[in-house]
Amino acid sequence: MIKVLFFAKLSEQLGCRELQVEVTAAEDTDQLFKYLIGHKAEWSNILTSQLCLKAVNQAMVNDNVLLKDGDEVAYFPPVTGG
Amino acid sequence: MISVQEQDFNQQEEYDRLKCKTSVGAIVTFTGLVRDINNGQSVSDLSLEHYPGMTEKCLVDIVEKAKRRWNVIESTVIHRVGQLAISDQIVFVGIASQHRGDAFAACEFIMDYLKTQAPFWKKETMSDGQTQWVDAREVDQDALSKWVEK
Repeated sequence: MIKVLFFAKLSEQLGCRELQVEVTAAEDTDQLFKYLIGHKAEWSNILTSQLCLKAVNQAMVNDNVLLKDGDEVAYFPPVTGG
Repeated sequence: MISVQEQDFNQQEEYDRLKCKTSVGAIVTFTGLVRDINNGQSVSDLSLEHYPGMTEKCLVDIVEKAKRRWNVIESTVIHRVGQLAISDQIVFVGIASQHRGDAFAACEFIMDYLKTQAPFWKKETMSDGQTQWVDAREVDQDALSKWVEK
């Protein structure tokens, strides 16, 4: 399974902080994103209408990344700490 | 020392810890506070969310980057999370170095990277009770560009 996490405004909009996705539905991050867009009717608009950063196993990535069982993928808005 | 914590921190204790070696000739510290105004709107309090695990890794990485570029004898990064009130301390960066130039640069570098890379998110409660997530600012991204090595 792939552990998917959402943070901050994005998790509020989606109404979800965490979900598990079968690896067969998400062999890489591009596939995973497509899966998430189709997960619920309203998710497509939320996920595609704003800048979502992503991290794989707690490291930020820009490009498509291959996924394996046990990986953790997080989506979140641009950061605003400090 | 790197810490992501709910509790407040004490400036004197952090300063004393940075001053622990006799080779230290300069200490620069930065403290970020909760402002009562943002984009012209009155703010009544602030909550801070983070990504446990990734946040700490990210801060370690930023400090390592700074240590590769400047003389850093001792360093401290503390970032608070959870519910904060106006004027509360949010973040502390302290650098002990042999000379002030390195201490100033490393401190500013760490803050600039923290603000744009470390997974923290602020949510403000306005004086009318409405809440809003703080948007990332372009000026923070611009601040990073001065650290790109030519």
